[in-house]
Amino acid sequence: MSDMAQIPSLRIGLPRLGKARGLVNAVIGIALLLGLWWLGGRHVANDPDMFAFANFAPEPTLKRLWSMIGSGEVVKMSGPSLERIGLGLFYAIAIGVPVGILIGRVARANEIANVPFQFLRMISPLAWMPIAVMAFDTWDGAIVFLIVMAAVWPILFSTAAGIRRIDPAWLKVARNLGANPFHMLFAVILPAIAIDILTGIRLALGVAWVVLVPAEYLGVTSGLGYAINDARDTLDYDRLAATVVVIGIIGFTLDAAANLLIKKFNWVRAAH
Amino acid sequence: MAVTQMKSTTSAAQAPQSKPSPMGAHIAVKGLSHTYRKHDGRVLENIDFEINPGEIIALLGRSGCGKSTLLHMLSGLTQPSEGEVVINGNTVRAPSPKWVMMFQAPSLYPWLTVTKNAALGLRFSRRNGEIAARVPEILRLVDLEAFADRNVQELSGGQQQRVALARSLVPRPEVLLLDEPFSALDAFTRRNLQQDVRAIARDLGLTLVIVTHDVGEAVRMADRVIVLQSNPGRVAKDTRIDLAEDERGGGTEGFQREHTRLMGIYSHVADIADMPTENDFTQI
Repeated sequence: MSDMAQIPSLRIGLPRLGKARGLVNAVIGIALLLGLWWLGGRHVANDPDMFAFANFAPEPTLKRLWSMIGSGEVVKMSGPSLERIGLGLFYAIAIGVPVGILIGRVARANEIANVPFQFLRMISPLAWMPIAVMAFDTWDGAIVFLIVMAAVWPILFSTAAGIRRIDPAWLKVARNLGANPFHMLFAVILPAIAIDILTGIRLALGVAWVVLVPAEYLGVTSGLGYAINDARDTLDYDRLAATVVVIGIIGFTLDAAANLLIKKFNWVRAAH
Repeated sequence: MAVTQMKSTTSAAQAPQSKPSPMGAHIAVKGLSHTYRKHDGRVLENIDFEINPGEIIALLGRSGCGKSTLLHMLSGLTQPSEGEVVINGNTVRAPSPKWVMMFQAPSLYPWLTVTKNAALGLRFSRRNGEIAARVPEILRLVDLEAFADRNVQELSGGQQQRVALARSLVPRPEVLLLDEPFSALDAFTRRNLQQDVRAIARDLGLTLVIVTHDVGEAVRMADRVIVLQSNPGRVAKDTRIDLAEDERGGGTEGFQREHTRLMGIYSHVADIADMPTENDFTQI
């Protein structure tokens, strides 16, 4: 009994955080990251070989970021990037979901597609860059193509896996109640695998966002990748670092939004 | 208990209905045989019987006698190799909301509420306009009105099977086909559902066909029992269960008498089915 009573006294240094725990820990994480960044900035500023890069430090970066938000530059450079991501994801979903349903439902299709798909999947989307540039009339077309090449696989494979986990009895019951193929798809199959499709989209969004910046090094004169390249060429290091922060924040937000959608469509209830 | 409560709610719910409940359909099984693959033996051989509208039939047999296959053919989910199933004069070629099957597992759609699960048959047959009136009426009938807006995953096994029953009843079927639908439930829940389903089928005038290997279930629920033998599945005996409603609860003298009689037939059929020589059963 005395043993038990002593345990709380050992924990005096760690206050109970209760409901705020998640938030407090997130703030600690952010503070640690900022601290490391600040230390790195100090180190660079004090190094005679590197002091030219001192503007990478948090203070100039965040100041510049603030002014870029105020001037509308952040919106201006993010807009085209988000458009390309949106278009790329749209095509990736339009291709990945139907093909995923096909290879999930038809064993033969899966056997035929397996080797080519696994082969193509392992090729870095950026390796397609020269081919994309030759194949597409516009730079934008090439960039969207690279995003599709990155985003289609997680959506396709996640959809197929969802299809394979569908309870066959759901289809039998639906058929028994007079469902036509349209009902089968929209009332049974798609709701059943919504969570798998969204999980695939979340993964796809992650890789697409990563691929986007190098893809925008291609000829275009807009977007976040272009902004990074442009800032480097003009030795505008605070702007470069601010753009990196913008990329991180938008990526984080997109992922959180996808996660919210997943929670909304997740029909699995905890066992009671 | 549950039955008396059900019945009172049933009549209350039925009375103001403008449309009369559909009468059950007549079913004729004609010269039906089935082989799954070309070189395998027959699962079913020369099955012939008729079911009158509103009759409650149990297909009783051991595992593997083809009773479930037979039920799938009544529902149109499977087509027989030979012979045909005729419901109200029409050969069954495909599933229809007019002859609905209920399975051993409730197989509800876990992303939908009780109401939306129950409404699916109407949605599939483009009768969305009937949902608002029909679904609550049937949920009342199966004692689930308090759960209408709950997700089906929050329900117990017995309640889930009631939702499956409601889902089958909502499209106003003429025939309800039950494939051992209570075998996964505990004894108490099973008894309640057996009584309730019989009461509902009688109230609605449905033709009800139950596949079972449980003699007690057959005696409790059926007006008539068709006993099937195995290898190949054939009708071994077709017998009536003459019991008043209040004798079906079990424990009564009449129930015991019918149970003993049916058990005699069933075990006789099951024993003979193990032997390769196929006697006919005229001497039973």
